[in-house]
Amino acid sequence: MNKLKLLLFTVLLATAISAQNGYDIGALAADFNLENIDGSFVSLSDFNESKGFIVVFTCNTCPYAVAYEDRIEALNKKYAKKGYPVIAIMPNNTEIKPGDSLDAMKKRANKKGFTFPYLIDREQAVFPQYGATKTPHVYVLQKNNEMHIVRYIGAIDDNYKDADKVVLKYVEDAVDALLMNRQVPVSKTRAIGCSIKI
Amino acid sequence: MNFIKVFFLVSFSICCTSNVEKLEVYDFDGIEHYLKQNDDKVYVVNFWATWCAPCVKELPYFDQIQQDFKENVEVVLISLDFPSQYESKLIPFLEKKQLTSKVIVLDDTDMNSWIPKIDSEWDGAIPVTLIYNKDQRQFYPQSFTYDELSSEVRKFMN
Repeated sequence: MNKLKLLLFTVLLATAISAQNGYDIGALAADFNLENIDGSFVSLSDFNESKGFIVVFTCNTCPYAVAYEDRIEALNKKYAKKGYPVIAIMPNNTEIKPGDSLDAMKKRANKKGFTFPYLIDREQAVFPQYGATKTPHVYVLQKNNEMHIVRYIGAIDDNYKDADKVVLKYVEDAVDALLMNRQVPVSKTRAIGCSIKI
Repeated sequence: MNFIKVFFLVSFSICCTSNVEKLEVYDFDGIEHYLKQNDDKVYVVNFWATWCAPCVKELPYFDQIQQDFKENVEVVLISLDFPSQYESKLIPFLEKKQLTSKVIVLDDTDMNSWIPKIDSEWDGAIPVTLIYNKDQRQFYPQSFTYDELSSEVRKFMN
């Protein structure tokens, strides 16, 4: 009973914190149900076999997001089969950024051969819950008893300009650590990005 | 035909090398002193890029501040444009706008190291602005209208 109370308290506390500024490390991330570029609707709960997720808030129109497209695809290729698929979410208001419309997302995904779901946050309700402020903005979630615990927030790596000159692969290092039941070495990083258009 | 090609190539390379040389491009160490001047002026440091629409929208307000408070204020506009777009976007933009404020360019990929040094609250979205004098400083993760900016800058005077 006490354990249950403690759990309830923790969940309430995490919810209270997240309601203000989005998620911090250790918060429980909410599931969502968002339209994919193929017309289906995708939720985290659809992925029975996964151990977690690499949730990337990204878009077509931000040059930083574009610079990372191939690396986001590479993350999915490498980690989907290990239980950490990429879920990309486009958070921008498409009236301000017509280049991020669902149709434009489809075209871009086809052109680049994205193999991950590319979802649209049409109501702009999911990114504020997470606390995403820019594109690209990554949240690595670890699944535990159907809960999704935030384990990493930030950038993909430490060199947007040149993938060959990357020294620290923040997201890979985080997921590798989680796969080995280790602590994530660097759990929060910052990078310049395009503010999400509301 | 070949001569024309060569002529074209040579003139292109002359124009463009010299154009890029017009920019003041630094890594974080190179811009750090703009963040901690210690004289009697008010410093208004804005981080922007040509690809950032809200940044471009507010740039004229910063330039207006520079003109309105010539004696007491120094505006520094730090561009975060990509090096690959200096020639195609940034230089034409600057030539068109003819800003009177100081414009410098920050090219430092290790963003996780330098972003927190500018402000611990900054997550990396732009535009952001830092206003400071030798006694106080404030970080603004937001866009400004001219009136908002002017009233903030005035708080740092006297």
